[in-house]
Amino acid sequence: MKSFFERLRKDKVGLIGFLGIFIVILIGLLSPFIAPYSPEQMFTEHTMEGPSRQFIFGTDEFGRDIFSRIVYGTQVSLKVGIIAVGIGAGCGLIFGLISGYFQGKVDQVIMRIMDVFFAFPDILLALAIVAVLGPSLTNTMIAIGIVFTPVFTRTVRAAVIAVKENEYITSAVAIGVNPINIILKHITPNILAPFIVQITLALSGAILTEAALSFLGLGIQPPNPSWGVMLDASRTYMEFAPWTILFPAGAIVFTIFCFNLFGDSLRDILDPKMK
Amino acid sequence: MADQQAVLEVKHLKKYFPIKEGVFKRTKNHVKAVNDISFDVQEQETFALVGESGCGKSTTGRSILRILEPSEGEVFFKGVNLLDYSKREFRKVRKDLQLIFQDPYSSLNPRMTVKKLLLEPLLTHGIANKKEAEQKVVEIAERVGLSKEQINRHPHEFSGGQRQRISIARALILNPQLVILDEAVSALDVSIQAQILNLLIELQRDLKLTYIFISHDLNVVKHISDRVGVMYLGQMMELSDTEDMYSNPLHPYTQSLLSAIPSHDPTIKKERIILKGDVPDPANPPAGCPFHLRCPKAHERCAVEKPAFFEKEPNHWVACHLYE
Repeated sequence: MKSFFERLRKDKVGLIGFLGIFIVILIGLLSPFIAPYSPEQMFTEHTMEGPSRQFIFGTDEFGRDIFSRIVYGTQVSLKVGIIAVGIGAGCGLIFGLISGYFQGKVDQVIMRIMDVFFAFPDILLALAIVAVLGPSLTNTMIAIGIVFTPVFTRTVRAAVIAVKENEYITSAVAIGVNPINIILKHITPNILAPFIVQITLALSGAILTEAALSFLGLGIQPPNPSWGVMLDASRTYMEFAPWTILFPAGAIVFTIFCFNLFGDSLRDILDPKMK
Repeated sequence: MADQQAVLEVKHLKKYFPIKEGVFKRTKNHVKAVNDISFDVQEQETFALVGESGCGKSTTGRSILRILEPSEGEVFFKGVNLLDYSKREFRKVRKDLQLIFQDPYSSLNPRMTVKKLLLEPLLTHGIANKKEAEQKVVEIAERVGLSKEQINRHPHEFSGGQRQRISIARALILNPQLVILDEAVSALDVSIQAQILNLLIELQRDLKLTYIFISHDLNVVKHISDRVGVMYLGQMMELSDTEDMYSNPLHPYTQSLLSAIPSHDPTIKKERIILKGDVPDPANPPAGCPFHLRCPKAHERCAVEKPAFFEKEPNHWVACHLYE
């Protein structure tokens, strides 16, 4: 862990991403203290006002403070990102381990099902799942989790197959360790590097997918503050009130950018060949 | 061969790997990696398997331990056929049969400390409670020459020779009866080789172990083994006591192998038998004697009829038409 931070410090780009993510998480955790107003409070005499000293990012059509809504929206984005990726990563890890370790017919069945999921564009698949389950925060997270399962399954499976070739796996077999313990104690710890990298990259994807779903009206429902919901609401006014769309879009771009920067540098850091 | 007590009896062991081709993965042919091998291993002896790379000696070792499931044959360990066990039952039997690998860099899980690596076999077989197990770990670590302080380190902090000591400790902590050493010293440099070999010999004497020593290094084999089996293309060509084999090799293949041992003394001029050609493809072994294409003494019969493996002299078996 110590060497991890040492190596991160040398990688300036990764460090910027890491600090950015840190700031975003801090904003999410401390939103009630950072936001000057409640995200739902309407200042009816201040609708559609541009950025000013009172409302630094301006107000929307109901007179709500955009800065406060973005700050609270961070909570939603992070929550969706973390839980959805948790679902996807968890399922992907289980399927990938089974698929990669046992191979043969089980592998064929699992991977062909994943191929079916892969055949659909992410957003289309998420839309279809939400359409079936009904739009809500929970269902958005489940849908995004399902969308991300195949990527994790593939990543884990490939890593398992590579790790399985090592003699320490044969050595464990020769000692008489049962398959479950071989998977848990010998394979899983050795596939964590690509798995963790995939998690950081998927986090940005999940946040983006949530925004897109919410934008399309199938994710988080208004008046809950979500970056995607805000984009959707301000779409009609963006020509004469660009601040309503610029700032939420900026928040999305910043967060995704930081996660991607960090994910890329994490891949280099965790790659044992780079040591 | 049968007068002593055999710990391990391998009978007509075969391991074929299917060659799959085409879209439907149909089996076109088989690589006959181990093609009908039989031998006995006596209690507390060191039985060496030698041969060129690709001759099936490692596959033989792994088939005995069912790391690779044999295609055919029987492997009797103390009178019980190992191939009769179900996979689950066999996991318990593995305690008595251990394997030491060639490459100490890939045979130890890099994420586990030495202590965890050594505890694992004990806890897997439920041999000792945690406290006794930790005691045992320290004992065996010291036995193979690692200090108490070193056992909390990870494998990458050790040199190749030390890692091989860890592998040996890990295999021996279960108190096995038969240990298969698959090129166990081949990856080490010569001075370390000697240390590890001496350690192995010491441990064999103290713990009453039986070794199957798989190697291509004829000098090492001569030093450590009691009996030697020479393999070629998945088949046993000659089997005898080590001394007898080195002083009086019968099979032309063994003769050429032995003539290739480099001598320590440059003034001694040895007559080398240079073989022509390459080892044939084990998927399509030649008819008759597997060696006849390269054999300097081959005659017509060798191309047609496969020689039987028979006891030419007491305890000296050979598969060659020259001696029939």
